[in-house]
Amino acid sequence: MLELRKDIFADERDDNLNEIGKGTQRQDMLGHVTGTSSYFNDHKLQGMLHLKAVRSTQAHARIRRIDTTEAERSAGVRRIIRGTDVPVNLNTLLSLINFGKDDEPSLAVDKVRYKGEPILAIVADSEREAFEAIAKVKVDYEPLPAVFDVEDALKAGAPVVNETYPKNAFIYHDVYDHQRLRFGDADAALASADHVLEQRYQMSPIEHAPTETNGAIAAPDTNGRYVVYTSTQALFFSVDTCAKILDVPSNTFHFIGGTVGGGFGGKVDTLTEPLAILGAMLTGRPVRYVFGREDEMQYGPPRGAERIFIKDGVMRDGRVVARKIRAYFDSGAYTRLSSYAAVKCAAHLPGPYTIPNVYGDVYCVFTNRTPATAMRGFGVTAMDFAIECQMDKLANLVGMDPMEFRILNAYRDGDMKAHRREAKNTALIECVQVAAEKAKWPIRDEFRRASSRKDGGGSRAAVPPTPTDSRARPAAPAQQRTSYDRAPVNATREPPRDPPPPAPPPPPPRPAAPSHGATRFSSVFGTRRR
Amino acid sequence: MSKIPLQFRHNGRDVAIFVDGGTNLLVALRELIGDMTPKFGCGQGGCGTCSVLIDGELHLSCLTLAETVAGRSIETLDGIKQGPNLHPLQRAFADNFAAQCGYCTPGMLMAAKALLDRNPSPSRDEVVEAISGNICRCTGYEPIINAILAAAGGRVSA
Repeated sequence: MLELRKDIFADERDDNLNEIGKGTQRQDMLGHVTGTSSYFNDHKLQGMLHLKAVRSTQAHARIRRIDTTEAERSAGVRRIIRGTDVPVNLNTLLSLINFGKDDEPSLAVDKVRYKGEPILAIVADSEREAFEAIAKVKVDYEPLPAVFDVEDALKAGAPVVNETYPKNAFIYHDVYDHQRLRFGDADAALASADHVLEQRYQMSPIEHAPTETNGAIAAPDTNGRYVVYTSTQALFFSVDTCAKILDVPSNTFHFIGGTVGGGFGGKVDTLTEPLAILGAMLTGRPVRYVFGREDEMQYGPPRGAERIFIKDGVMRDGRVVARKIRAYFDSGAYTRLSSYAAVKCAAHLPGPYTIPNVYGDVYCVFTNRTPATAMRGFGVTAMDFAIECQMDKLANLVGMDPMEFRILNAYRDGDMKAHRREAKNTALIECVQVAAEKAKWPIRDEFRRASSRKDGGGSRAAVPPTPTDSRARPAAPAQQRTSYDRAPVNATREPPRDPPPPAPPPPPPRPAAPSHGATRFSSVFGTRRR
Repeated sequence: MSKIPLQFRHNGRDVAIFVDGGTNLLVALRELIGDMTPKFGCGQGGCGTCSVLIDGELHLSCLTLAETVAGRSIETLDGIKQGPNLHPLQRAFADNFAAQCGYCTPGMLMAAKALLDRNPSPSRDEVVEAISGNICRCTGYEPIINAILAAAGGRVSA
């Protein structure tokens, strides 16, 4: 049951917590218990067609030829959509916030980079007829060597997964192939530490497995617009991504969502809306594209795998004096959100502890695995798993109680963090104390008396002398530029006012200034601040 | 493909539809009758969100051939309200915060109703067993168990 501990940090807040601590009914509860909450798939539209994807059977292969002759003649088939039918068949999700290069097609054209990558979309009168047509498509593959391991992918001569990033690592600010953190002299501290412990940690990909699978229904609406019912967790993100891929203004779409049958991060990738809308544009009919359970489990993006190496120096009295970390985030074949995950991973070092010497290298690596995406603290969770396993091992190494060991090394208010920000409102010590109390885990008096607000700062507030890497720093451009930077407004690309344009939109070549509705905004990680 | 005529009772009302051979009950209910309360989750009998009662017995509608329910009585979440009033189970689910995303809720409620209809005062273990075929990926099982016990008038305790 909920327990509010108002005694801790009592002077830091008002005590008039009117709502906190009381139950409040959810606004959607009545809909849920009566079954009237409207999920995307609960909309039944007249004349609805069904879209299913032909997916790659290969992890890495060149596509020599796609033969759709028989599939086109298959009963109930209304339209077969190829990559060349997609107006802007290259995108990366974070381009909307000016971060990362377009590296992923909606439908593969020349090459497939992971098993399950969509190659064709077949629109048919029924799901069954769509599946029957899929079975009649012949794709001629030329298999290429594949790479599935993050460290192998970074070795010289490794197969190039994604030509946008030929070294199989995401490139930050057009220059850096990893995220780097340097604070103090970790190597010197490791050399003088009483004990050194180096460990390797590996976390697997994790599928979100929402009970409702990913999907969308798109239908022609009045005045040339399209109404889209979607399972997305990121509605406005999806609107803008669709506008970019389909090269129309975002006000072409009326997206309806918000009632999501479980997401957990697995419904932010705009997986189904662009093809459902394109299907509706090309057929003039409502089109539903919903993942089956197999699509969801095998080809839906998971939490990315991470491999983490930690080398710590610890003194006999229990103080951790150095932490050196090398981490690899497995992005799969495309970027999606993994470049951001690696930033979060680096930003989390060295955990909630004050360690005077920290050294971190975090790579976002491309492999021929299913592209990874968001999931509940992605980038941070695996690092926490590794760090906390390491803390237990270190405590054992120096013969200390693991709770007391954490209190000893916990950050406190006024300490300098490895990112050169002062630690404020820290509460790890109090959390450990309460956890120990609840678990009836005995800790000694001096640790029971410790406080996040005592004994921090002072010498712990200093930024230590930090040697620069011997390798020359590459010169960063003045400002990151991606292909998606907003070009000056071009009057000819303004959306026509009247009459409304009929679908479908014009095919490639790609216009110089896409008239999507997305605006650029500064981000903490994408744009260099001046 | 020839259509098969099919009649059954749906929430106390006689219905007649034409189905394709091989159509499952979930598709028949959602797409032909228009009852959207049973949900599609896996199509493999693994998640329980499509659960309905057939002659009072709990079944997975995604694994039930529509043709097999001819002449039988189907009950879904759409039919358990008592006039304008919520069923005691619905009230208990709301009061006990036993839904998060809500997608498993229709199946959970039908599994709970199947239990209480045959065993009005189940033990906690019997409740757990009764919903063991229903997956809640938001993992809100404890409030769901408490809600079912509350609806049964049993004590809510660990």
